[in-house]
Amino acid sequence: MAFFPGRSRLFSSRIARITQALLVAAVVCFSLGATDSTARFNELGGKLMCTCGCAQQLMGCDHVGCPNRGGEMDQLRSGIANGQSDKMILDGFVEQWGTTVLAAPTLQGFDLVAWIMPFAVAGLALLGTIFLVRHWAKQQPKLAAGVAGGQAQVDDAMQTRIRRETETE
Amino acid sequence: MASFGSFALLIGLMLAAYNLVVGATALRLIAVGRPTAFSPERMAETARRAGIAVFVAVTAAAFALVWSVFHNDFSIEYIVEHSNRALPNPYKFAALWSGQEGSLILWAWLLGAYGFVLRLRHKTDVKLHAYAGTILAGVQVFFLLLLTFATHPFAGVRGGIAPDDGNGLNPLLQYPEMVIHPPMLYLGYVGFTIPFAFALGALMMRYPGEKWIHITRRWTMMTWMFLTIGIFLGMHWAYAVLGWGGYWGWDPVENASLMPWLTGTAFLHSVMMQEKRGMMKSWNVWLIFATFMLSILGTLLTRAGLVSSVHAFAQSSIGGWFVTFLVIVMAVCLFTYILQRDHLKTEHQLESLVSRESSFLFNNLVLLAACFTILWGTLFPVLSEYFEGVKKTVSGEYYKHVAIPIGVFLLLLTGVGPLLAWRASSFRSLRRNFILPGIAFVLTAAACIAAGLKPWADEPVFYSLMTFSLAAAVATAITSEFLRGAGVLHRQTGKNLLASMVLLVRRNTRRYGGYIVHLGLVIIFIGFAGYAFNRTSEMPMGPGDKMQIGPYTLVNLGNTQESNANYDSEFSQLDVYENGKKILDQPMSPEKRVYLVNGQPQTMVANHSTMRWDLYLVYEGTDQATGLPMIKAFLNPLVMWIWVGLSVVVFGTLVALVPSLSPARVAVKVAVPAGAMSGRTAVVTGGAD
Repeated sequence: MAFFPGRSRLFSSRIARITQALLVAAVVCFSLGATDSTARFNELGGKLMCTCGCAQQLMGCDHVGCPNRGGEMDQLRSGIANGQSDKMILDGFVEQWGTTVLAAPTLQGFDLVAWIMPFAVAGLALLGTIFLVRHWAKQQPKLAAGVAGGQAQVDDAMQTRIRRETETE
Repeated sequence: MASFGSFALLIGLMLAAYNLVVGATALRLIAVGRPTAFSPERMAETARRAGIAVFVAVTAAAFALVWSVFHNDFSIEYIVEHSNRALPNPYKFAALWSGQEGSLILWAWLLGAYGFVLRLRHKTDVKLHAYAGTILAGVQVFFLLLLTFATHPFAGVRGGIAPDDGNGLNPLLQYPEMVIHPPMLYLGYVGFTIPFAFALGALMMRYPGEKWIHITRRWTMMTWMFLTIGIFLGMHWAYAVLGWGGYWGWDPVENASLMPWLTGTAFLHSVMMQEKRGMMKSWNVWLIFATFMLSILGTLLTRAGLVSSVHAFAQSSIGGWFVTFLVIVMAVCLFTYILQRDHLKTEHQLESLVSRESSFLFNNLVLLAACFTILWGTLFPVLSEYFEGVKKTVSGEYYKHVAIPIGVFLLLLTGVGPLLAWRASSFRSLRRNFILPGIAFVLTAAACIAAGLKPWADEPVFYSLMTFSLAAAVATAITSEFLRGAGVLHRQTGKNLLASMVLLVRRNTRRYGGYIVHLGLVIIFIGFAGYAFNRTSEMPMGPGDKMQIGPYTLVNLGNTQESNANYDSEFSQLDVYENGKKILDQPMSPEKRVYLVNGQPQTMVANHSTMRWDLYLVYEGTDQATGLPMIKAFLNPLVMWIWVGLSVVVFGTLVALVPSLSPARVAVKVAVPAGAMSGRTAVVTGGAD
């Protein structure tokens, strides 16, 4: 090494750079992994309730010394760390705590009604309204024709009415 | 004082019953025109006076309860349960509504106060007021029966021996906003009884025309404003006290307040169609019936223990009373409607799908869809238990997917509705009115995407992008409406643009007040949209420890404990730095209190609020592993916009409540040619519209 002191320095500095780059890459990779698992933790945590009876979502429970929050979070963390799928993790919670642990109804069985009903009612009401307005609008020309066929006089009362109806509010 | 209060309630009940029975008999006699020994008009007058006296009696009862709280009368069970000697005076006053019995007295007192004003103003329309006053007396009888026989506020302490001190007020309620939030909310809930009573009365007597709507318009708007303020104060309280970093948890109690607000909002819009065009008469009557019944249903849901809630402070077994009352109200409304429905025939029908009327129709549809969704979500746990035997949870996770799309659609209609003309809108006017908002929508969406928002990657981000873009479009539409009108006045009167705008608003306060309310709602929606970008960080912090959240670095200066007569507290003091520079003169101090009287903990959040975001710190307690305080930090964007938006909504409502400037009183300066009047400016009046 002593024969090529300059090269040695160059070599060691290259090694240092490569090591630094690898370290940075490793940190980035790990932090990316951490970000992914954190995001998954938060997402799954948002789908669960705290089971202490506080009626709050797991991630929102802020009770001092809550007996269940820590345990549930540990269970969630370990499920993610063990590579379990979302379904497996949530099923594990349901098995342990019952269906009330889920923050929202599932997409199966009677639960599906919870999701469908608001959109179904809104959709039907929307269709009904459109149908009704079109039906009313179709009747208008007949009424107008009726008026035109009869007397075309516009008396004071009619003028007042037209003014009241067309005045912008 | 307990005997005095009980006696006052009993007297109030008897007077209300007299008003109901004698008032109804007198109205019946007047209607059939049968000759009687007593003059029905005089009977109706005595009933009205009895109704006024109900207010005096209930005021006496409420005073007795407040007096007992301030004098630490622990011989009364309610005072033991909701107060203690060390409780600060403002919270002693708030103890009136912190429990079941007290809050029902507040309800009865507000009902009495509204009834007092209604009965004093009877000369506006004696017969209609007599009907409304009698119906109101029916509601008063229910609440006074409840207070006298089911949930008596002056009941003696259990065991008969008064303790030296009480259990104190729930710590969650020991917050300044709790002194005004419940009264505001109750002013809203109770206030809807007035338009309900007028609507039912007008239907019973087949009242001709829309006068009952004119009479109740201001009542309804005031009530709506109080309910809005109450709901938002509740949101602010939840944000500042519950310490979970949010302001709306879709809790059944919160939902219960939102449902009548939604139907009340729908009513405020659809009555305009009845006033203008004699349309939707049945719809309006049922909207106000529904609003009143939803107020009662909300009380039933939260007090009967049907659904569990984070902040159900007053659960009991009075559900049966409310169910019975609801059934009676429903039966009376249905019976009256069936009997008198021919009176509610519409005078006109819609002429075009693209018109102001149809926009009101769709607005009503969306508001009712939102109301149904919330009711459905609130009741689903009960339904699932009934059908499947298993109680399911319906939390914010559910509403995030079903209610937010409806809210975004509502925001769209907020902008579209006012741009359409009555009867029908031409393609030309549509193009003229929508081009600027359309451009604002597209530009905002493009700017958001350019700023890094990825709506395709995340559902909340998608809704936020839509909200920002629609907010820009609606704000543009409203601003252009103001500018267009002000421009015309500017040309007519020669006033500058600001003065023209003020004159414009004064000439049609209802219309432009409504626009201001819409603008406030836009600002509120922008605040809601910030929720998608909330950030949080949590760690145990000893002195000198640092935590990074967003651009802020929090440095713990130390952790301290303090005590006073009411509570023990632990708090941390944290300096806040941004880019190495200290941004606050005083450190932030998130705190955890434990109340001595009942050992209940309470979070006191430290919040640094700006228009950009809130830095929100929570002292969570001691971390078991390290023994250090656990500090949770939230960075919540745009929350301040919600409170600013509320102020705008309230301002707009107040503007709409002010009578418009009468055309005859409008002074219009007209520049007259120099030769005609020696160069002076003539002032002419009239023709403002």
